Amino acid sequence: MKKEKFRVSSVFIYIVLIFWSLTTIYPIIWVIQNSFKAKDKILANSFSLPLGDLFTTANYRKAFNNLNILSAYKNSLFISSIVAIVVVVLAGMASFALVRYTFKLKGALLSLVMAGMMFPVFATVIPVYSMEVKWGIASTNNWGLTMLSVILPQVAGNLSFAIVVLTGFIKGLPVELEEAAFMEGCNAYQIFYKVVMPLTKPSFATVAIFSFLWSYNDLFTQMFYLRTPKMFGITVLLNRLTSQEGTNYGLMAAAVTLVVVPVVIVYIFLQKYIIKGMTAGAIKG
Amino acid sequence: MGASIYKNKKPLIVFLLPAFLFMIVYLYYPFFQNIINSFQQIKRLGQSGTGWNDPWYMNYVEMVKDPVVWTSMKNTLIMMLVTIIGQVGIALILALLVDNIRIGAKFFRTVYFFPIVISATALGLLFNLIFLYDKGMLNQILESLGKTSLTDWKSEGLALFTMMLPVMWQYVGFYFVIMITGLNNISEELYESASIDGATRFQRVRYISLPLLHNVLCTCVVLAVTGALKVFDLPWTMFPKGMPMKSTFLTGTYMYYQTMEAKNVDYGSTLAILLVILGVLTSKIVNAIFKEKDY
Repeated sequence: MKKEKFRVSSVFIYIVLIFWSLTTIYPIIWVIQNSFKAKDKILANSFSLPLGDLFTTANYRKAFNNLNILSAYKNSLFISSIVAIVVVVLAGMASFALVRYTFKLKGALLSLVMAGMMFPVFATVIPVYSMEVKWGIASTNNWGLTMLSVILPQVAGNLSFAIVVLTGFIKGLPVELEEAAFMEGCNAYQIFYKVVMPLTKPSFATVAIFSFLWSYNDLFTQMFYLRTPKMFGITVLLNRLTSQEGTNYGLMAAAVTLVVVPVVIVYIFLQKYIIKGMTAGAIKG
Repeated sequence: MGASIYKNKKPLIVFLLPAFLFMIVYLYYPFFQNIINSFQQIKRLGQSGTGWNDPWYMNYVEMVKDPVVWTSMKNTLIMMLVTIIGQVGIALILALLVDNIRIGAKFFRTVYFFPIVISATALGLLFNLIFLYDKGMLNQILESLGKTSLTDWKSEGLALFTMMLPVMWQYVGFYFVIMITGLNNISEELYESASIDGATRFQRVRYISLPLLHNVLCTCVVLAVTGALKVFDLPWTMFPKGMPMKSTFLTGTYMYYQTMEAKNVDYGSTLAILLVILGVLTSKIVNAIFKEKDY
C-alpha cells in the first residue's frame, strides 16, 4: 500500500503528522528564542524572534554567574558516565555467563533478574539510603563519596534491564567464533574480552546510552542523595531553580536551553542507537 | 566440542558475583527491609527503626484514613487512563498514518521520539512557562484567537489537566516507535493481496494492521500502566507538594512528600508498599484483559 499514487487523503495525513511534530519541536524553539530576551520583554510578545533591541545575553550571564551550572554539568556527566560503564561491564559479564554456561542455579538467577525489573525505586530508596548512611557514604560533605552514593543505587536500578537486553543479543552470537578462540588457547575471560565484547559492541553501546540517559535525567534518586549546591546534578539544580527563581522567566528559559540543547545535539547524531536503546526492552522482550 | 569451553565452571563466579551482589544488596535486601520499615518507628531518614509501631499495623490504618492517599490513588488511576488512551491511542493513530506515507517516515520518527531523551525536570520548567498565567505561551495563543480573559491553568479545576498533558505528550513517541516497528514486521504481501481483492485503505488497517498489532498493543498498554505509577519528575517540578491544596498528588509524589518534606519516614515506606501492590494489581488486570494471542 506504500506504492499508491498521490491522493487527497495523503494531504490530510501529512497535516496531522506535521501538527504533532510542531507540538514536539516548537516549544523548544520558543524557549530558546525567549532565553535571549530580557525577562520583562518576554511577556509582551513571546512569539517574536529576539532581534535588534530585544536581543540580550543577560539571562545566560546570570545563569553562569549565579547557578553553578558548570559544576552541575560536571557532576551529572561524571555520575552518568560511571553508571553507564559499570552497568555495561557488570551486565555484560553476567549475561555472558547466563547464556553460555549451564549450571544448576541458572533458572533461579534468571528469575531474580526478571523480578529485579519490577521493583519500583520508591520501594527501595529509604532502606538503601540508611544503609549508605551506616556505611558512611551518604550524607557526607565529601564530593567523591556523595557521587558514589548516587552511582551505586543507579547502577543497581539499571542492571536487571541491561542483563535482559544483553542476554538477548549474546544468544544471537555464533558460538563457533568462541570455539575458534578456545582452540587458539584463550581462556573464558579472554574469550569474553576479545571475542564477545567486540562483537556485541553496538548492543553494548545501546545499553550504555540507555543507562546514561536514565541516570542523567533521573530526579528522584538524586534528590535523596545530592543535598548541597556543590553536589547538585543538572536535574536537582533545575528543580531548585523553580522554587527559588520561579518568576525570573528569562533565567528559567536560559536554564532550560542550557540543559536541553546539548542533549538535542547528541540525540541528532546518535538517534539510531538512542531510539534502539530506549525501546530495546519493549521490542525484544 | 562447544561444551568443553564452558565446562570449567570456575570463571562463573567471577562473571556473576558482581552483578548479583549488587542486585541483592541494592534491590532485594532493601525491598524486604522496606516492608519491615513500614511496621516500625523511624525518627529520621537514614536511621534504622527504633521499635515496632503500636499496634504494628498503625501506618496501614493511617493510610486507609488519610484522605490524601485516596486523592493520590484516584489521580494515579486517572493518570493510567490518560497514558492508555492518550499515549497509546495517539501513538497508534500516528503510527498507522506514518505507515501509509512514503516520504518523511524517518523524520517523523526522529521528531516524535525526541521529547523522551529530555529530562522531565527540564520539561517541567518548560511547561511552567507555557502554562504561565500571566501570558505564558498558551494564554498568548488563546488571546490572539480572541479570548479576552486569562486562564489560570494551575487552579484547582485545571491543575490535573495541566499536570497530565505534558506527561502524556512526552511519551507518545516511545509507543509510536514500538508500534512502527511492529507495523514494519507485517509482510507487505498481505497488504498487496488484500488490495488485489479490492480492500480499501481503511479495511486493510482494520482487518490486517490492527489484528496483527494486537500483541504489540498489549505490551504498550502494560508499559503505559506501569509507567504511570513511576511518574514523578514532571509533576513534582510543576506542582511541588501537591499544590494546589494537595489535590495533584500521585502515589509516587506523595510518598516522596511524606518521606522528605513531612519527615514521616515509616509512613513513606508504607506508601511505597501501596505503590508496589497497585503495580502488581494493575498489571495483572491489564494482562487479563489484553491477553496475548497467537496467530
